[in-house]
Amino acid sequence: MALTPVQNQTPAFTAAVSAAAGGFFGLFVGTAQGSGLLGLVIGAVLLGAMGFVYCNLLAQEKPVRWATVAVFAIAGFLLGGLPALVVGALFGWFAGWFIFWLATSSYRKHLPPYLTPGQVLWYYSFRVICGAIFVFLITPILVVMPLSFNAENFFTFTPEMLRFDPEGYSLKHYQDFFSNDDWQQALWNSLRIAPMATFLSVSFGTLAAIGLSQPHVPFRRAIMAVLISPMIVPLIISAAGMYFFYSRIGLQGTYFGVVLAHAALGIPFVIITVTATLVGFDRSLTRAAANMGAGPITTFFRVQMPLILPGVISGGLFAFITSFDEVVVVLFVGSAGQKTLPWQMFTGLREQISPTILAVATILVAISICLLTTVELLRRRSERLRGMSPS
Amino acid sequence: MSDTTQTGPVLAADGTPLKRSLARALRMQKMRALMLIAPLLVFILLTFILPIADMLFRSVENRIVSDTLSETVVTLKDWDALGDEAPGEAVYESLYYDLFVAAEAKEHTKLGTRLNYEETGISSLFRGSGRKVDDVGEDHVKAIERANDGALKDEALWFEIMTGGSSAEGNTGLLDAQRAKLSQLTGDSFAGDIGFVPGAEISALFPRMATAYTDFALFTAIAEEDVVAEEDPWETVFVAFATAVQSAGGAEKLASYTGPGAAELTAAAEALAELEPISFKAAFLDMDEDWGDLGNWRTIQTYSPNYTSGYFLNSIDMQKGPEGAEPRPENQQIYITLFQRTLVMSLVITGSCILLGYPVAWILANLPTRSANILMILVLLPFWTSLLVRTSAWKVMLQQQGVINDVLVWLGLVDDAARLVMINNQFGTIVAMTHILLPFMILPMYSVMQTINPSYLRAAKSLGATNWTAFWRVYFPQSVPGIGAGSILVFILAIGYYITPEIVGGTKGVFISNRIAYHISSSLNWGLAAALGSILLAVVLLLYWAYDKIVGIDNVKLG
Repeated sequence: MALTPVQNQTPAFTAAVSAAAGGFFGLFVGTAQGSGLLGLVIGAVLLGAMGFVYCNLLAQEKPVRWATVAVFAIAGFLLGGLPALVVGALFGWFAGWFIFWLATSSYRKHLPPYLTPGQVLWYYSFRVICGAIFVFLITPILVVMPLSFNAENFFTFTPEMLRFDPEGYSLKHYQDFFSNDDWQQALWNSLRIAPMATFLSVSFGTLAAIGLSQPHVPFRRAIMAVLISPMIVPLIISAAGMYFFYSRIGLQGTYFGVVLAHAALGIPFVIITVTATLVGFDRSLTRAAANMGAGPITTFFRVQMPLILPGVISGGLFAFITSFDEVVVVLFVGSAGQKTLPWQMFTGLREQISPTILAVATILVAISICLLTTVELLRRRSERLRGMSPS
Repeated sequence: MSDTTQTGPVLAADGTPLKRSLARALRMQKMRALMLIAPLLVFILLTFILPIADMLFRSVENRIVSDTLSETVVTLKDWDALGDEAPGEAVYESLYYDLFVAAEAKEHTKLGTRLNYEETGISSLFRGSGRKVDDVGEDHVKAIERANDGALKDEALWFEIMTGGSSAEGNTGLLDAQRAKLSQLTGDSFAGDIGFVPGAEISALFPRMATAYTDFALFTAIAEEDVVAEEDPWETVFVAFATAVQSAGGAEKLASYTGPGAAELTAAAEALAELEPISFKAAFLDMDEDWGDLGNWRTIQTYSPNYTSGYFLNSIDMQKGPEGAEPRPENQQIYITLFQRTLVMSLVITGSCILLGYPVAWILANLPTRSANILMILVLLPFWTSLLVRTSAWKVMLQQQGVINDVLVWLGLVDDAARLVMINNQFGTIVAMTHILLPFMILPMYSVMQTINPSYLRAAKSLGATNWTAFWRVYFPQSVPGIGAGSILVFILAIGYYITPEIVGGTKGVFISNRIAYHISSSLNWGLAAALGSILLAVVLLLYWAYDKIVGIDNVKLG
């Protein structure tokens, strides 16, 4: 949908802007090759010329852009092999898109007609800044993934990997994870502790959340503050307190001790998600059920529970991931027998740096993507159930 | 209706006044709500609040000195710490008996370690003396054993002497007192029958000897599970006897003794007559001349009470001197710097989270729902990803052979030989923690910005405001609650971080949490760890209270 009627730009404007962009990229390529100035000039001249020429070829946008991609890809391949081919193709795609975007004034189309050129420039600069922040957010997680297929025992990209040489990639770190006893024991411990802790925090937490959302609760704010505190108190303090106290009563270094500690840490998440679900809960439903002769237990399981179930499950997932990711408390409260996956990663990061950690990290990212999807789907389902707008 | 003319209280269906009936219903409702909350509240209190209270208690608790040197701390009380003389003979005498029992129970090294936090060198003093304390009064012990052709080498005779014979009156008070003392010292229970009760007569005449033998009997029967009558008494019993008979009035006391073994004891006393009385002070100075050092004695005296502010003073780089609190020597001052660094770095992290989070929250709140939801995934994915995954990712990115340096070198911006040091310093901690905490800033900001009506901004512009004025005067003030909520949350989380600074922080980029962890697991100075933790906790709770006032705990949202 176009907001503003636009007309094609003059070749001079297109050429000038694309020359600036070309100069910018040329500078980087130039410094990489030894002479920044030369790169800048070549880049500016090249893209400037392209911009000038393409202005006269507006009718054949598609073929021209494909040709640009192909030419840059081939040039890249001749200069630097396979990796440069990919870079070249990407750059070619960008250059083609950018020049036509400028030349046809597409950039102006979707903005309100009253904006000044300065405001248009700011609009796009702002998007670029936001894009950069999103890149900052996501890059570390993405970088880990290819590195986990490294054939060498390095934490960094090897020349083979950059050449897309199959020899540079292998599954050996995954193999190590699945065959190494330490890692398997750690995984098993995590899987033994997290569900039990989740079960405890969900069962206690849901009951309390229902209690807290009753209309008249004395000391509601104070109780809430106490129940949320495990999330707020620094983990190291919780860990220290639990370590001192649990060793007094003989729970330190036991499976049960770790489960209790993790359950306490997971409770705030259950409370928050379940009370949030209960905010929109229609009390007349339980009254109607009671009116029809259902006891409190039947009412809870047949009427209330199905409606708040999405919230309970997301709270449970939060509690699960809290326990599954937790390392500080288990480090102190647990002993070698309760070594969990994060603990093993932590010692790995501090002592022997092995890329197996990155393989584990990749697996954990996959798990968190699954959990995130589930929680999002549940949230939407819950909003639909409660008649809120499906956003 | 006739109701309007009724003058009495309004009645419910069952005849009770409506007011009371309603009040009862309300009370029932409150009770039911509390009953539902109670299990969790109890659970949290037991598993979480109680441990933290225990930690707070530990930060002032200092029983170890008075438990281990229970008698010495009493005699030392009268010593003038500001004078220039070492304590008198009485103090060294009590120290001998205390140290002997402590060394038997292997508790003296713990005390040494504890006092070493305050005065370096005490640890080795205690360890060395614990080994040598058996040799005090060696000649006297041998003389007693040799007297009477070795009659007093007989364990059974000693048992007989100390019980005063099978039908004698027992002194159970002494036994119970020593039971309590030993269980305080070791932390184990000393309850149970030991087949021994000190005789009343001998306890009255030679109290020190009876006490020493009772300690020995309790220790033998309960800690070592042996039979008291079949074991050689400790040297303290011999030394106590020798000291008693060689002191003024000792001979008369012995003469008045009529119980079992009176003849053997008298013979032993005669054998002792050739020897000088034992000087405990000389014996200790002989063991280690540091026992004459006033500084050590001052430390013991300063830390004698059961509760101390010493750990808290230590965590603000002060120490307890004989005249009260005083600053530590310059080279030992680390905690104030560490607290400052923690605060400053947390502020920097919060600041960079605001700078990076604000544009993102703005664009998420102003884009059409569909694209906002897709971009939201980019925010939520890091939020859901394991903390260790993100930390290891930053290690991969920032290290000298890491991705960022590789890219910079490849681009020619940085020379291969001069790769940037971005890890194991403050920069690494700040970057990694900003990334890790950014979602906690974006999410509250986003939920506030979603509620800001975009037409306000348009109205401002149509009234002639420039872009900047419209933003600064209209939009920004409305988004401040989001910034506040996010900032407090991020700051609270940042100030207590442990894992990330530990891995990417090196030595310059660590927080107070890392020091707490170090004191718990490496230096074992738990009291100091607890005191540092209590200070950190106080700061966090203050912020938590502020957060509750400004935002409300109920309004915390996740995702």
